[in-house]
Amino acid sequence: MKIKKYLLALLLSSSAFLMTGSLGAEEMPVADEEAAVSIVTSADAALAGGDEFAADYLALLEAQGEYAYAFDFFTVSMLWTVIAAALVFVMHLGFATLEAGLTQQKNTVNILFKNVFIISIGIISYAIIGFNTHYPGDFNGWISFGSMIGDLNADGGNTFGYGGVGLAMTGYGDFIFQAMFAATAATIVSGAVAERVKLGSFMIFATLLVAIAYPVVGSWHWGGGWLGGLNGGNGFKDFAGSAVVHAFGGFAALACVMLLGPRTGKYVDGKIKPILGHSMPLATIGVFLLFLGWFGFNGGSVLSADPTSVGLVFTTTALAACGGALASILISWFFLKKPDLSMALNGFLAGLVGITANADIVSPMGSIIIGFIAGVIVVFSIIFFDKIKIDDPVGAISVHGVCGIWGILACALFDVTDSGFTIVGQLTGVLAVGAAAFLFSIIVFGLLKLTIGIRVSPEEEAEGLDICEHGQEAYPDFASSSR
Amino acid sequence: MKLVKAVIKPFKLEEVKEALADIGIEGMTVTEVKGFGRQKGHTEIYRGSEYTVDFLPKVMVEIVVDDADTEKTTEAIVKAAKTGKIGDGKVFVIPVESATRIRTDETGPEAL
Repeated sequence: MKIKKYLLALLLSSSAFLMTGSLGAEEMPVADEEAAVSIVTSADAALAGGDEFAADYLALLEAQGEYAYAFDFFTVSMLWTVIAAALVFVMHLGFATLEAGLTQQKNTVNILFKNVFIISIGIISYAIIGFNTHYPGDFNGWISFGSMIGDLNADGGNTFGYGGVGLAMTGYGDFIFQAMFAATAATIVSGAVAERVKLGSFMIFATLLVAIAYPVVGSWHWGGGWLGGLNGGNGFKDFAGSAVVHAFGGFAALACVMLLGPRTGKYVDGKIKPILGHSMPLATIGVFLLFLGWFGFNGGSVLSADPTSVGLVFTTTALAACGGALASILISWFFLKKPDLSMALNGFLAGLVGITANADIVSPMGSIIIGFIAGVIVVFSIIFFDKIKIDDPVGAISVHGVCGIWGILACALFDVTDSGFTIVGQLTGVLAVGAAAFLFSIIVFGLLKLTIGIRVSPEEEAEGLDICEHGQEAYPDFASSSR
Repeated sequence: MKLVKAVIKPFKLEEVKEALADIGIEGMTVTEVKGFGRQKGHTEIYRGSEYTVDFLPKVMVEIVVDDADTEKTTEAIVKAAKTGKIGDGKVFVIPVESATRIRTDETGPEAL
């Protein structure tokens, strides 16, 4: 009885609210024109009246100098940028849990440890060398090593003048958002080489990859480098990094796996023997966190809170992810006889990588198709790499490398803005990025292989890296004697 | 005294436990084990590759009973654990030399 009364009250109050809402809407046009004028005059009046808050606000406006007119848009955009940066940070938790889930229990500490190291070295190296290498300003278009970041608030770096409408954030906002991206490339490699790579060698490789290779290759596109001349001068299209982040990481991973060889016991007498991941719940948590983080990865790449783009990018990102998962579910069900959860999870990621290059220039329908095709590609790609004995425990090469290429090509195929992106131009760009990542990795990881070695001993691999490299277990047995 | 050792399907444990309690058995030891008999394993699929699982999860129940109770214990387990399908498990009876209750130093059937 009580509940019914409560519901009735709720219904009455909400309908009353709706009535007043619609009345308000009718009155709006009349008040609209006067509103703009009245804000300014009321601020002045408040100031004249000695309102100290008005003075504070006007002082903030004044600090923006000639850019005061854009102060509110700038503030909202800057806030969105740092929220997006935090979302991209969450992706690192997603990678950590996904990689841990899809590998064996005995290597869990090792996987998590690598993820802790990568985010740490990634952000610090980005401050020391990465940011100014990635965005060198005027340079030869190929390579220019930068130095440690200075005070990014100086010289108008804290005003709308830093980047205008196209990059509506402060220098520090720009830095932290980009820094979160940087570590992603090395994390992609971490999953592919899991369960047999020597920790020290991986740490050296990851450091060089994230500190040098990533920003140098990234500068070709986002830093105003030579990729801008592609597509007949229309510029290379890679919105949030299908090529310069994902394909880059995927091809680096491919090189490393080729040098490293498959896990012991994966291929016996020419047959594939699956090595099962130890926790599908962890893997699922990881993928959902990556999906969440991707809203920051793509949504933040609008580089402002531009209402036209942010909503579109969120929508295309989500649609492509769901299209990818559905395609992987269908393909694995029909071709592999079973609806495979790990494939469905990879389908989400495939769709997300596919839409990353083009999220701001495609239609909702286009994004579904892009995601769907990515979801089909990823299943066959994973099976293909398995067949040719490229042992990638988490499917990173297929998800990031292969679907990264697809995302770049989709810019030319699904563009609804008529920006003149061509298949040839797009392919040239992504292959250049992929080849650079592959070559850098072959050379650096190859040198490590020749010197300190890149693989643990067969005994250590059998025992598990947790005990051998770290002397720890992820899930120590319950010791009844201690209770 | 006899040790009755039964390997059963895990989901049958509750029914077996109740059946044993009904005939007055006052304690048992249960272990999660893996194994196969004539049932053999089955195939599963992971990321596109098939593999066979030979060792299937089972539960092993161990009870030490007085000689006189051996038959009804075995019968109770067999009745409760039976599904009629392959893989139901087996019951073994093994002679026991001695038993001692640690708390009271009782030995023999009193210790059970």
